[in-house]
Amino acid sequence: MATVPEARRSTRRVRETSLDVPTSNRNPANDEAQLTRIPVRKTYKLYVGGQFPRSESGRSYIVRAADGTPLANAVRSSRKDVRDAVRTARGAVAGWSGKTAMNRGQVLYRVAELMEGRRAQFIEEVASAEGLSPADATAQVDRAIDRWVWYAGWADKISQVLGTVNPVAAPYFNFSIPEPTGVVGVVAPESSSLLGLVSRVAPVVVSGNAAVVLASESRPLPAVTLGEVLATSDVPAGVINILTGLRKELVPTLAAHMDVNAIDTWGVPRDMRAQIETSAIDNVKRVARPPRGVDDRYDWLDDRRAQRPEWIAAYLEIKTVWHPIGM
Amino acid sequence: MAARKDSSGSREPSAALVRRTSPDVGRGTQSPNSWALGDGQQVPWEYAPAPESRDVVQLKSRYGLFIGGKEVAPRSGQWFTTVDPSTEEPLAEIARATVEDVDQAVSSARRAFKRDWGSLRGSERAKYLFRIARILQERSREFAVLETLDGGKPIKESRDVDVPLAAAHFWYYAGWADKLEYAFPNRDPQPLGVAAQVIPWNFPLLMLAWKIAPALAAGNTVVLKPASSTPLSALFFADVCRQADLPPGVVNIITGPGEIGLALVKHPDVDKVAFTGSTSVGKEIGRAIAGTDKALTLELGGKAANIVFDDAPIDQAIEGVVNGIFFNQGEVCCAGSRLFVQESIADSFVERLKDRLSTLRVGDPLDKNTDVGAINNAAQLAKIEELVEAGIAEGADIYQPACELPARGWFFRPTLFTNVAQSSRIAQEEIFGPVLSVLTFRTPAEALEKANNTAYGLSAGVWTEKGSRILDMVSKLRAGVVWANTFNRFDPTSPFGGYKESGFGREGGLHGLLAYLDLGGGH
Repeated sequence: MATVPEARRSTRRVRETSLDVPTSNRNPANDEAQLTRIPVRKTYKLYVGGQFPRSESGRSYIVRAADGTPLANAVRSSRKDVRDAVRTARGAVAGWSGKTAMNRGQVLYRVAELMEGRRAQFIEEVASAEGLSPADATAQVDRAIDRWVWYAGWADKISQVLGTVNPVAAPYFNFSIPEPTGVVGVVAPESSSLLGLVSRVAPVVVSGNAAVVLASESRPLPAVTLGEVLATSDVPAGVINILTGLRKELVPTLAAHMDVNAIDTWGVPRDMRAQIETSAIDNVKRVARPPRGVDDRYDWLDDRRAQRPEWIAAYLEIKTVWHPIGM
Repeated sequence: MAARKDSSGSREPSAALVRRTSPDVGRGTQSPNSWALGDGQQVPWEYAPAPESRDVVQLKSRYGLFIGGKEVAPRSGQWFTTVDPSTEEPLAEIARATVEDVDQAVSSARRAFKRDWGSLRGSERAKYLFRIARILQERSREFAVLETLDGGKPIKESRDVDVPLAAAHFWYYAGWADKLEYAFPNRDPQPLGVAAQVIPWNFPLLMLAWKIAPALAAGNTVVLKPASSTPLSALFFADVCRQADLPPGVVNIITGPGEIGLALVKHPDVDKVAFTGSTSVGKEIGRAIAGTDKALTLELGGKAANIVFDDAPIDQAIEGVVNGIFFNQGEVCCAGSRLFVQESIADSFVERLKDRLSTLRVGDPLDKNTDVGAINNAAQLAKIEELVEAGIAEGADIYQPACELPARGWFFRPTLFTNVAQSSRIAQEEIFGPVLSVLTFRTPAEALEKANNTAYGLSAGVWTEKGSRILDMVSKLRAGVVWANTFNRFDPTSPFGGYKESGFGREGGLHGLLAYLDLGGGH
């Protein structure tokens, strides 16, 4: 644990140096203070119900950069935290799904707007979390922002693409419309800490579902920062809840929870999948699996594959309505 | 029997009342047509028998499995008997498949997928499906009688609903076979491969059509297992496939108990599993294939709420409520088994309902006048009896019309419960029989709260003349199919399937295709 401050100081130093004003303009009297300023560190917490609680368990775990350097302590959520988050999400479903589709679209777009403003911070966090070059990290963050925009546009169109008017062979007006399924558990991709998570969460919430998201276990920090964006971007409290912690502890509780309607198993380790799907069937959860053969090298930058209306449809129920004509 | 004639519904309920009439009770004390009305009056007319001829169905003594386009004997050398539930008389012997037979059927489907069917153009697949639809239409009388013989449902239902809808499903999906890229634009829809399909006994031929038509249209091959109490129409369908010259192995049909169905869905070379049946078996199937790459759709149980507001068209509502729960003896996953009546009209509505129940004709399923036929099997009858007794024990008031039941066969009187608690088993559990629980409500919000208070979410009904109320209720009912001012309507173009524990995936319509296609995004 003692190594954490060391590592943090080193990453901060790089940034402070780059932000320094040119030497010629410096007031020598200020130099001393500038060099010895102790950076204010961020405590990485959970994001539940629009607030930033710690785990009720009081536990944490060390998050390391791709090169092994410790970055921070992340919250090691408990099963109780999962249940609390599900309850919070359930409470948010009626309000969120009751908003107009256009309104939900604007809210998602607002997330993109605010991410854009914190772009540099996300790039730095993704770079250190995933061991990417600045250019590669930039590509990831930019695409994550754009993905919110892409899904924002779907909010008031998905019903027109998935809905149908059905020409039944009798005098009835008959139509089918999609509706959100309710509370969705998202086990976010393990390797793609931000873009992978956004690519799986945006299609869940755009239609009016509420999500309980388990961030990448080894790379959770960008997800926590995303929570800070969500808190200030008009996403109603409880619609997206982000937990960090250990997959083996948390996924079984999420999968077995009787008030969760669907679960995205993208980030579920292969050896846990049978156990998770066995639990999930207890309340006939909708299980959204990754395509066959997908692994950690999945290319989330590939728009044609990694952003799909089917991923919105995976968390929708089709409701069919009949009414007599002329009777 | 005297007490039974006094059908005011206010008499002391007793367990004996709900028992199926045993041969020595109540026989001969009244003529078969002395139906009593709810107010104690009797219907002042009689119905002459109008039996449909069963000559149109030529039954063999034995039916083997249908694998690779041929009828084959089971490896087990064992056979079981399928019976007519209205007489308990045996109809034919049916092959009991073994795990080896399952393996052979799946291999046969795989071969057909790799060779003939998989390489066939969509336009040619379509023509086979059109052929099947045509043959079902041509043989409609035969299939209707067969379905009634094997399943116990009234001939007027198998004739007017089951068989025409089954043919219509093949007709509808035939046209999709060469238009999949229009169903899912900007995608490259691909078949999943071999589909394992397990279907129930309440609509044997119709469920077969719901399963096989979209699977074949999408380019898959199938192994289908019908329920062991109603295997005949599927085995006759094998003959339809032969008449249509469908390539061998595209459709395979295996028969046997539930464990064979489980062996089928677990088979490692099966890519897709589709099941219609009870929620408990659906969960068992889900557990059996957990962790595999098989795609799954489930159409499971229900406990539909039928909500009648005080401004409803009452005559239509009475008919709709009766059709909602007594269609196919209530052995319907989407049956309107919970009636919610607005309090202000509850008493008069229930009285009219009792009157209507008294005119239902219960008896010989082959009689064209029959409204309520035989319960499909003895185990189901026992389950209905158990739940009805539980309803009485929990304090609900029972009403049954004083109709005579046939001396043989598995029959149950149309039954109505009033004074039912939300928590009662008859308000919570799927009975799958001709049993209606009546509850009341005051406000739309209360109706919604009660209607949605169930683990199921298959269907619901709303009765009111106020359009904006219909649309409001429709959007807040958590159910996959909502009938407004009607109930129990089905059509191949209309997606059907549940919310919550009533399953996932849709059958029928464009959405029904999706269950049998891979669009590349996972499933």
